[in-house]
Amino acid sequence: MPNSAHPPLDWPDYKSNRLRHPSRPLVPLPTGMDDLTAPVLGEDRVGAFDADLTRQHDGEPIGERIIVTGRVVDGAGRPIRNQLIEIWQANSCGRYIQKNDQHPAPLDPNFTGFGRCLTDDDGGYRFVTIKPGAYPWRNHHNAWRPAHIHFSLFGTAFTHRLITQMYFPGDPLFPLDPIFNSILDPKARERLISKFDLDTTVPEWALGYRFDIVLGGADQTPLED
Amino acid sequence: MATLGQTPSQTIGPFFNFALPFDSGPSVVPDGTLGAIRLAGRVTDGAGEPVPDALIETWQADAAGRFGISAGFGGYGRCPTGEDGEFHFLTVKPGSVAGRAPHIDVIVFARGLLLNLVTRMYFPDEEAANAADPVLMAVDPERRSTLIAHKDGDTLRFDIRLQGEHETVFFDA
Ligand SMILES: [Fe+2]
Repeated sequence: MPNSAHPPLDWPDYKSNRLRHPSRPLVPLPTGMDDLTAPVLGEDRVGAFDADLTRQHDGEPIGERIIVTGRVVDGAGRPIRNQLIEIWQANSCGRYIQKNDQHPAPLDPNFTGFGRCLTDDDGGYRFVTIKPGAYPWRNHHNAWRPAHIHFSLFGTAFTHRLITQMYFPGDPLFPLDPIFNSILDPKARERLISKFDLDTTVPEWALGYRFDIVLGGADQTPLED
Repeated sequence: MATLGQTPSQTIGPFFNFALPFDSGPSVVPDGTLGAIRLAGRVTDGAGEPVPDALIETWQADAAGRFGISAGFGGYGRCPTGEDGEFHFLTVKPGSVAGRAPHIDVIVFARGLLLNLVTRMYFPDEEAANAADPVLMAVDPERRSTLIAHKDGDTLRFDIRLQGEHETVFFDA
């Protein structure tokens, strides 16, 4: 695999991977055969409160208010501009609003857990939300997912499409989580851990975390702007 | 010029359905569009069981072979699978791009997949173009048929087998 940052296809520690991963190797796309374009999902998809997950209901959600911000760039460091970012997450108790979430933790009537925004001219984005809780997931005995926010991103080529998870620094569940540890390169794994950032933190209001995202392979030939 | 380390992929997990699907997602073109075609397929696992928690996305050129520029045509589709593993799209057949066989780019996300899978759907009525297509030619001839949709009444069917016999060809893109 040229993109060694990604997890392998076959990762039996994650039980539901066993019958779902392809057993044949991926076929390389012949050079130049990539469709080097991507959908541009613009402003018509983003509403006024979509980037502030604490203001989507009548009241404020319970939990630790946080700011999550960063930049989305390509492998050469160029900003991915005006592109859609979607995030989704559990509430502060570790419960998703979705019906099939069986975790017996309370739902919060003031929290949906879905956010959207467009990157700015510098590739920057900013969400206000509450810190999600860890949750159990029955993959193995006493299995708990470290707290995370799911991110969905579009790059400049459709094949750079990425869905990933952002984690929080210092989580004691890291060594025990087969999803986090499916990323074999420790440096690549670190890239999914947001950094506490005092400059992003707003006094008397919310802690700030930075999470920068690089789309597309480091194996691409970089182009000059 | 230095390149930056890529952000690694993680699974979409089981809880995306309240967030990612949107009403017009499966409608790449609006209902009633002249020449619209219905695409459908089922995602199955290595035991042949339906995968009810996958998200399928498509990206394609318009009927004239242009990506993302014709008015009223985005070219992008998104559809979650149902309990039966089925997904569907309403779209138009893309034109040929740079002399290649018409095709639709398909990405599969699912609980259980740590990394999204990239594949392509080709058209059954394009035998000559398919036979000359550089991407299809890069695929083992015995496995090419997994990339070609088949007609089922008014619908084009493109089933996605994640693992096992007749496993769909996925690309390293
Ligand atoms: Fe999750």
